[in-house]
Amino acid sequence: MKPPRFEYHAAHSVDEAVELLGRYGGDAKVLAGGQSLMPMLNFRLARPAALVDVNRVAALAYVREDDGVVAFGAMTRQRTIEFSPVVAARLPLLREATRWVGHLPIRSRGTIGGSIAHADPSAEYPAVLTALGGEVVVQGPRGRRAVKAADLFEGYLTTSLEPEELLVEVRLPAMPAGAGYAFEEFARRHGDFAIVGIAAMVVREGARCAVARLATAGAGPVPVRLRAAEEILERDGLGDAAVAAAGARAAELVEPDADLHASAEYRRHLTGVLTVRALKRAIAGATS
Amino acid sequence: MTETPIRLTVNGVPRTGRCAVRKLLVDFLREDLALTGTHVGCEHGICGACTVLVNGQAARSCLMLAVQADGAEVTTVEGLMQDGALHPLQAAFRRHHGLQCGFCTPGMLLTALDLLRVKPDPTEAEIREGLSAVLCRCTGYHGCVKAVQAAAPELRAAAAP
Repeated sequence: MKPPRFEYHAAHSVDEAVELLGRYGGDAKVLAGGQSLMPMLNFRLARPAALVDVNRVAALAYVREDDGVVAFGAMTRQRTIEFSPVVAARLPLLREATRWVGHLPIRSRGTIGGSIAHADPSAEYPAVLTALGGEVVVQGPRGRRAVKAADLFEGYLTTSLEPEELLVEVRLPAMPAGAGYAFEEFARRHGDFAIVGIAAMVVREGARCAVARLATAGAGPVPVRLRAAEEILERDGLGDAAVAAAGARAAELVEPDADLHASAEYRRHLTGVLTVRALKRAIAGATS
Repeated sequence: MTETPIRLTVNGVPRTGRCAVRKLLVDFLREDLALTGTHVGCEHGICGACTVLVNGQAARSCLMLAVQADGAEVTTVEGLMQDGALHPLQAAFRRHHGLQCGFCTPGMLLTALDLLRVKPDPTEAEIREGLSAVLCRCTGYHGCVKAVQAAAPELRAAAAP
């Protein structure tokens, strides 16, 4: 189908975009890369009174490394992230996850801010944000505030952002040098929505595991940080028994929903299997 | 604003038009500019038939508003022929049976062209992953993959100084 009628505004600055969002009081949608919103408009699942297009806000497209944090302007394209030397060096987990985001023509347009603000449960970037304990910066009528990953995702396609707030920056702590990482995902075809995905990072100190990070995509309405599974590794090390125990614990920690694509039990099973796979690959790549 | 003027460059030619702000880029190309080589498939970004190059990068023209392409350079399948001859990628698709009904072909070609610019010497697995961006119901993909494999060295040679 075709999109319904709407008023269209191309903002040229963050302030202008926030002012426009305020003017419509929740009846406007932000148009970022459009790779999720445009299908919803074409299917008329979304019928906003207005679109506030932020594609011409040049100040929202950047990748900056500063004091151990890599900051992304919300309109940084997934394609830019895929080929960014800063991301390759400091956030290789994010780079690996990016390959799973749709296809290259989708990533040409899709943005990091849009993916996170849309909060699709099966999306890869919210899982990486959750695993690495990142945060987003949002701007509203009363100024800017930072929202931690743990406080951001509230439910299916729902974040704690207010309707008149604009996500302006995504901040991810740079991964420690030598950290092992893996993003594992299962979908029926490459580029489809994930049935389950797992983001994993381990920092090893000899046989010890100094830090383990695990988070899910697709295993419930929001990304789940698998803290109790991480603790097994941080306590028992990175041997096969600990990895198997972490996988089994991961499967217990999620509350997946059933839908057309997979049953809840299958998603729970996949969570365990993919956690083990991701950990094995992450551990193999970690240097102490 | 419900209607808007649009100025863009399509296949190297400056074009202008005026359309509703809700008009999709693919419909603007087909209906307003009479460039019907770009096909409308699923209209939700899955099938890839409508893929064009926007400022040199493959993108779904069903997931962009025409107004968003104001000022952009767009390449459609009509822009691939050079001096009346098929583009090497088009010739390879013909030679290797990379198409039958032709519905997905415009999207296949522009997706493959973008892939070969990003990865001039792709492995078969990389080609298969790249072409997974476009659905084809005729070929079973093998012919498309062979065509891209055949065209890659030709495009590398053409790009060499």
